[in-house]
Amino acid sequence: MSNVDLSVSIGKLKLRNPIMLASGTVGYGNEISEFSDLNKLGAIVTKSLSLKPRKGNPPQRIVETPSGMLNAIGLANVGVDVFLKEKIPFLKKYDVPLVCNIAASTVEEFVECTRILDSEETIKAFEINVSCPNVKDGGLQFGNDIKAVGLVTSKVRAVTNKPLIIKLSPNVSYISEFAQVVKDEGGDAVSAINTLVGTAFNIVTKKPKIFNINGGLSGPAIKPVALAKVLEISRKVDVPIIGIGGIMNWKDVIEFMIVGASAVQIGTLNFIDPAAPERMIKELEDYCLSNGVNKISDLTASYII
Amino acid sequence: MLIVNSPVVETIQVHENIYIQKILSPEIARDIRPGQFLNIRVSETTNPLLRRPFSICDVDGDNIFIMFNVMGEGTKILACKQSGSFVDILGPLGNGFNLEDDYETAVFVAGGMGSAPFPYLTRKVKDSKKIISFVGGRSKNDLITYSLMNVHTSTDDGSEGFNGNIVQLLEKNLDKLTAEKIKIFGCGPNAMLKSLKDFCLKYDFNCEISTESAMACGFGICQGCPIESAANPDRYLLVCKDGPVFNSKDVVL
Ligand SMILES: Cc1cc2nc3c(=O)[nH]c(=O)nc-3n(C[C@H](O)[C@H](O)[C@H](O)COP(=O)(O)OP(=O)(O)OC[C@H]3O[C@@H](n4cnc5c(N)ncnc54)[C@H](O)[C@@H]3O)c2cc1C
Ligand SMILES: Cc1cc2nc3c(=O)[nH]c(=O)nc-3n(C[C@H](O)[C@H](O)[C@H](O)COP(=O)(O)O)c2cc1C
Ligand code: FES
Repeated sequence: MSNVDLSVSIGKLKLRNPIMLASGTVGYGNEISEFSDLNKLGAIVTKSLSLKPRKGNPPQRIVETPSGMLNAIGLANVGVDVFLKEKIPFLKKYDVPLVCNIAASTVEEFVECTRILDSEETIKAFEINVSCPNVKDGGLQFGNDIKAVGLVTSKVRAVTNKPLIIKLSPNVSYISEFAQVVKDEGGDAVSAINTLVGTAFNIVTKKPKIFNINGGLSGPAIKPVALAKVLEISRKVDVPIIGIGGIMNWKDVIEFMIVGASAVQIGTLNFIDPAAPERMIKELEDYCLSNGVNKISDLTASYII
Repeated sequence: MLIVNSPVVETIQVHENIYIQKILSPEIARDIRPGQFLNIRVSETTNPLLRRPFSICDVDGDNIFIMFNVMGEGTKILACKQSGSFVDILGPLGNGFNLEDDYETAVFVAGGMGSAPFPYLTRKVKDSKKIISFVGGRSKNDLITYSLMNVHTSTDDGSEGFNGNIVQLLEKNLDKLTAEKIKIFGCGPNAMLKSLKDFCLKYDFNCEISTESAMACGFGICQGCPIESAANPDRYLLVCKDGPVFNSKDVVL
């Protein structure tokens, strides 16, 4: 028996290990449970939920790019009511912390979604996806507008006592300023990063390869950017960080923790190797054993610069 | 649904750009049904990153077969895998063809690489049903008739068989089709499937089509593969999970 302590805390949220599955890359858990024992994971984050069901964008929604992919799914999801009625019963069977990710087009909708979901005890925390257009305010993404991020944080904070994580957009000049606002307005943690805006064109037809024109870039191509954003937050703001972006193996997890992450989320990799996250837990343990790390949380922000 | 690393038995070039790969995979061979597909990781590197979807072409004992056209980097790497190499397979995926319906004659309609799922379907139904295969392509080099029975061909340029598209050829053979209880199985490019769907609506034929979409996961978690539903305009179906085989009446193409 090993005596490595893999548990981590993200503010009030306690996880048995730092491996979380990222929003939009696990659906609502049922498919991935065929490949991974959900009970072994740190946490799973649902697809972004909105107040009403959303159909999402027409095809084509995804395209592969060098070491990455672009997606413009358009937040297709079943909506909070169907989620509570049809998806929660499956998730209840597991003893894995469930984080509900919420997307909305207005501040009021963020608040309303959180309020409805808050009474469901299976939900252990909220992650707010601010990478969605703010319909009432000219359609600019909440995540690019520091005032909007502050407002969403404070308004949602007012309706829940559960851990509140704001998922930051990397498409800003100084992500640490956004993290500071989240902390000031009562958020418990930030996750970084969501996808980077990108596009791809067909050189014969001269048309965009995805219907929405722009998509969100994910996968190993974005890892260096994500690491830099996590490091920036870690050096400037005293707030727990969940590191996300291009993680393909346990070494990437360690790297994210070193630059400041308390936990990590695995995204695109789930599409390629849905058994990988569970496998990584054992590999992290082996790393800790052979490197004299007793508590994996000691790695967080252990960078030497 | 499982992930297995299976050895390639052989890779045979059957046309200028088309390969058939025989893979020893008892786990997949045991469960897979015609019309289902596999999502194959061709390389452990991150380029290409995503798996590549391929229809199950045939199954013989513990061996499975895929047939593919070399399109880009992924299929190029796959084509180079010879005996002794391994392929990382995720499958079986999706819903296959429904073979339980009440019909006497199975009519296969394939456009280009759309022939891929029919050898296995032929193997499964040939003892109990009559089979007619219609195979179309742009020109004679695109006609793939491997392992098919009772084949009629068409080419857009008239270099072999009927000069025209495959649905026009069906229309011309209508007398053969109305004689008995038939079921049509289609696979090919979307434009072909659309005209096949219209043809089947016009003559009231029961028809299942195997559709295609860009995919990331292949098993329902990324929402990357939507197809318009005929029954419910408020939500998309997923090609990977709700399909890739649909009754032609259930989707809007
Ligand atoms: C359910 C299903 C079954 C299929 N069965 C077969 C088959 O039996 N034989 C065969 O030759 N081909 C089949 N295809 C198409 C095959 O997946 C593509 O030709 C292949 O992915 C091309 O990869 P590439 O790297 O060589 O090409 P690239 O063009 O370099 O690929 C770039 C990206 O686009 C995607 N892509 C390109 N073409 C297609 C396509 N037609 N459909 C879906 N994604 C595509 C690739 O997966 C990759 O992510 C099937 C597709 C689907 C969805
Ligand atoms: C297909 C796809 C769908 C996604 N959907 C969501 C979503 O609904 N909400 C959200 O907050 N992030 C979503 N993301 C972003 C991921 O959660 C993650 O932040 C991003 O992909 C970077 O991590 P990765 O490189 O490991 O994939 C999605 C990503 C992908 C690839
Ligand atoms: S390919 Fe991922 S949901 Fe269909």
